[in-house]
Amino acid sequence: MDVLTLSRWQFAITAMFHFIFVPLTLGLSILVAYMETRYVRTNDETYLRMARFWGKLFLINFALGVVTGITMEFQLGMNWAEYSRYVGDIFGAPLAIEALVAFFLESVFIGVWIFGWNRISKRMHAISIWIVAIATNLSALWILLANGWMQHPVGYELRNGRAEMVDFGALLTNPYGIIKFFHTVTSGYMVGAFFVMGVAAWHLLRKNQVELFSRSLRIASIFALISAGLVFITGDFHAIEIAKTQPTKFAAMESVWETQRGVGMNLLLLPDPAAECNSVEGLCIPNMVSYLAFHDPNAEIKGLKDFPEDERPPVLPTFLSFRAMVGMGSYMFLAAAVAAFFSFRRTILEKTWLLRILLYSIPVPYLAAQLGWVVAEVGRQPWLVYGVLKTSDGVSTAISSGQVIFSLLGFTLLYGGLGVIDIYLLAKFARKGPEEDPHAPLVRPQKPVTAEAN
Amino acid sequence: MIFNIIWFVLWGVLWSVYFMLDGFVLGAGMLHPVLGKSDMDKRIMINTIGPVWDGNEVWLITAGGATFAAFPTTYALMFSYLYTALFLLLAGLIIRGVAYEFRGKIASEGWKKLWDVAIFVGNSIPALLFGVAFGNIFAGLPMDAAGYHGSLIGLLNPYGLLAGVLFVVLFLMHGALYLSVKTVGELKERSSAMAAKIWPAALIVAAVFLGATAFATKLYDNYLAAPLLFIIPLLAVGALVTVRIALAKGKNLTAFAASCITVLMVVATGVAGLFPSLIPSSIDAAYNLTIYNSSSSPYTLKIMTVVAAIFVPIIISYKIWVYRVFQAPVEAKDVLY
Ligand code: HDD
Ligand code: HEM
Ligand code: HEM
Repeated sequence: MDVLTLSRWQFAITAMFHFIFVPLTLGLSILVAYMETRYVRTNDETYLRMARFWGKLFLINFALGVVTGITMEFQLGMNWAEYSRYVGDIFGAPLAIEALVAFFLESVFIGVWIFGWNRISKRMHAISIWIVAIATNLSALWILLANGWMQHPVGYELRNGRAEMVDFGALLTNPYGIIKFFHTVTSGYMVGAFFVMGVAAWHLLRKNQVELFSRSLRIASIFALISAGLVFITGDFHAIEIAKTQPTKFAAMESVWETQRGVGMNLLLLPDPAAECNSVEGLCIPNMVSYLAFHDPNAEIKGLKDFPEDERPPVLPTFLSFRAMVGMGSYMFLAAAVAAFFSFRRTILEKTWLLRILLYSIPVPYLAAQLGWVVAEVGRQPWLVYGVLKTSDGVSTAISSGQVIFSLLGFTLLYGGLGVIDIYLLAKFARKGPEEDPHAPLVRPQKPVTAEAN
Repeated sequence: MIFNIIWFVLWGVLWSVYFMLDGFVLGAGMLHPVLGKSDMDKRIMINTIGPVWDGNEVWLITAGGATFAAFPTTYALMFSYLYTALFLLLAGLIIRGVAYEFRGKIASEGWKKLWDVAIFVGNSIPALLFGVAFGNIFAGLPMDAAGYHGSLIGLLNPYGLLAGVLFVVLFLMHGALYLSVKTVGELKERSSAMAAKIWPAALIVAAVFLGATAFATKLYDNYLAAPLLFIIPLLAVGALVTVRIALAKGKNLTAFAASCITVLMVVATGVAGLFPSLIPSSIDAAYNLTIYNSSSSPYTLKIMTVVAAIFVPIIISYKIWVYRVFQAPVEAKDVLY
């Protein structure tokens, strides 16, 4: 395989792996911060035990989010040197700002939170986890403005053989980047909320610590419902923005081959890329696609056939991922609504079917988020920066395929191993449940401290 | 063009501060199997590192990000030219990062051994490779119009290796001093003794390195043109001597502060010699990557200067606050991990 293909695999694998941990960090940090705030306000130690229990799971997840992030940053130079050189003038800035504005805050205050239980006041301790939560979201803002710029480049001029920034304000207010930010962080909140609901459901099915876990579930179900609604709304804005700025991606998402007005939405649809048409079409809602895209039932949608073949993205993965994401989003909205309803009627304990559904729903928002990135990134192909730089022109020229095979294997094995361990630890500590003593050390000595003897 | 110079200085400061801060983490990690006689010793050491390692590593991320934003061509070429070395370095940083989190999570002996090894390996590899990489950058990379002519093995030339050894030895001393400040009792004694034992090696390697630099690199050209610069290596040597004196008087905190200055000034010595290049070419000076031919546009540099001027002081203030909160040494009763 050539350097380009290998580098694409490596980037996709490491990015998707990073994004297993990122969304839980985004969602769970806010939930833990809320729980600890309740404790400071009410002095009710159940909230303290909640914050500590979910906080411990948060930290196990956070560790991998951090270490996989460094790879992402270095890789842009290692594998995508031509890209970095061509757009660094504008793309490098948000990355550097992300580190200055967000990563320092995040990494310093997470240390304060973990090790500060007995060294700072209760209030300051709760403030530290809020700072972590805010910084995490800030970091998402900057990286997504960067990614949003690749999707819809603005505020630049091509000169001196590269893209140079001429309007920083345009980068900051790029509607594509801003929508992306809201859609992605709210999808992260869903991951956090469904994680808490699922783990709480597991304990409630066993009648463990009923008070603590019903409360957790109640909080999470509201958070899930609100964020599911926001994901829907921002997703809709996203699609509108794409119809405007990335017609090839939009056509692939909806599998529209022929340019036409008043395009309907087929609930049953299967594209046949080889024949350049859809092999299955059925259950059509008339004019729906046109309406969603331009808020005009008769709007014209450009079909894939109107674009040169070498500018079309892979249709099948883009289309299927989009459908699956939207389907899962609808399912989760429903599940969150039902969970919130029974949670607030305080009858959820008897609804074992619902608890079981919630438990098995933990992976769903993860999957939806991964598929969302497939839509965004595969749908952008063959462009790396839409309309400006092709993926094949962005790859490093100084590296050999042997080198990339080595690093690809290395990352895959290392990540595979660490991923298995991390999930094992998450499951282990999730099952173990909270400490009885709210002031116990965050991580108990595993054995009586007689180890000095050896 | 003032912004190019500002960013060169910032570039040098970011790397120097990164090595000053992560240097003691790397050093403490390399000493983990040596100084950690018991499980409790090891856990105490991890707890001295726990609150700070990630915050220190972010200086590396920022140095990388600043290189990208201010000198994109240097970022692109440096990172793709040093591809395999960087991959190994990343692998090291990844396993040491998770090791701190994972080690205490399962009670088995084998499990702890595994992560003890990870802490040692994950800190040693980056310490050595950073030195090798910077040694080679000081000496220049074999690049010309056709691109890069080097290889991973090529990086392991005598001067590169010497720089690698220098980083390792300095960080060992630096880490031992950090532990001697942050622990109590027997562990503190052992750490101070270790620092004193490493000190002569650090002095010798540093002297050899400063000498070899005259032959292997063109760094001293700048010094001969502006002799005032010699203050920087002199400060490095002076601080290194201070380490020993303070240590003999039992003033470990002073010794640690002096070793911070040593690391800062060693890196600054190299960076000051590079100016105005970021990476010289060892083939032909016409292909040097300089702060002019590899930089971002003046507009971008200006924006980044404003951002840095606002945020760097804020970062430094809360970092100092955190180091003060966690000033007290870690004892067995404080151990969380
Ligand atoms: C939507 C959010 C999001 C996205 C798309 C990305 N990241 Fe990320 N990243 C985070 C959200 C995040 C985070 C939630 O803020 C993390 C995860 C855990 C953590 O500590 O911070 C993080 C950690 C993290 C770190 C480690 C920070 C530290 O040491 O504390 C780096 C260097 C990066 N990321 C860099 C990147 C790059 C270069 C990306 C793209 C190519 C990227 N991230 C995609
Ligand atoms: C916000 C920061 C991100 C940037 C700057 C970015 C940039 C890139 C780059 C440079 C490539 C390489 C081109 C290619 O492989 O085709 C790529 C591809 C890809 N990225 Fe992203 N990406 C980002 C975030 C993510 C995340 C978080 C995910 C997933 C969770 C992701 C998923 C993918 C996938 C699946 C590909 C492969 C697409 C393909 O090659 O067909 N990206 N992206
Ligand atoms: C329910 C209706 C939804 C709609 C209409 C929708 C719409 C979209 C669209 C159009 C994209 C492509 C963005 C691009 O190409 O740049 C996208 C991406 C994405 N989606 Fe969704 N989505 C929905 C639900 C979800 C859910 C439930 C999740 C996860 C919990 C999710 C997570 C993501 C993520 C992480 C991305 C990639 C980042 C981005 O481009 O914003 N989405 N979504």
